[in-house]
Amino acid sequence: MADVNRGNRPLSPHLSIYRPQLTSITSILTRITGNALLLAALLIVWWFLAAATSPEAFAVANGVITSMLGDLVMALSVWGLWYHTLAGVRHLIWDNAVGLDIPTATKLGWAVVIGSVVLTLLTLVLVA
Amino acid sequence: MRYLTDRKRAAGLGSAKSGTAHFWAMKVSSVALLILVPLFVFTFGPILGQPFEVVLDYYSRPFPAIVAALTLAVGFKHFADGAQVMLEDYVHGTLEKVLIILVTCLSYGAAAAGIFAIARIAL
Repeated sequence: MADVNRGNRPLSPHLSIYRPQLTSITSILTRITGNALLLAALLIVWWFLAAATSPEAFAVANGVITSMLGDLVMALSVWGLWYHTLAGVRHLIWDNAVGLDIPTATKLGWAVVIGSVVLTLLTLVLVA
Repeated sequence: MRYLTDRKRAAGLGSAKSGTAHFWAMKVSSVALLILVPLFVFTFGPILGQPFEVVLDYYSRPFPAIVAALTLAVGFKHFADGAQVMLEDYVHGTLEKVLIILVTCLSYGAAAAGIFAIARIAL
């Protein structure tokens, strides 16, 4: 019978089974950073709208974005932006069916992680 | 006898109903953003936190204004496409459709609001 063993059959391995690896973490971080950047993007739109409206509106928006919390959000977003950018470059490389073997994928993963931190520090030094 | 090739008879009958258009759109916008993002970071970054008049003066100049407007336009299109893929992966049924519509509307709305604001400052 087809349903004798129902509910007791082995399942194919899923996310929770695997030990986290550099390739899996860098992959999901690409999606997380890309979608989380919505917050900074909306803050920036608000900032531009406020600047186009009045000095009072600008004072509010600018005050929020340059507050302690605002600075934290923008600094994390700078990292998210550089991370997502470098991870995107990695995908553009992969799109040519190049660099998909595990040693190269791992090297590219470290390049994205380290590169994003370096670019973030560079940006914060140059911009802030 | 039918004067159709096998390919022609099969075209459009698959479940996907479209090919690589979404993938290609994301690829184009990602390459565009590769140019725009550094330009935006290093034009917008230094001016964030400056006084009101300085900001208005700066964004009255064509280069920073055009960079900011393009970054918002392409960036929000890229976001809408990417967020749609995420929703297609994690949410299913009616909620999936509703959220995709909301994300699309939010993206185009935010891009339009930002570009309007920049145009108003610049002109």
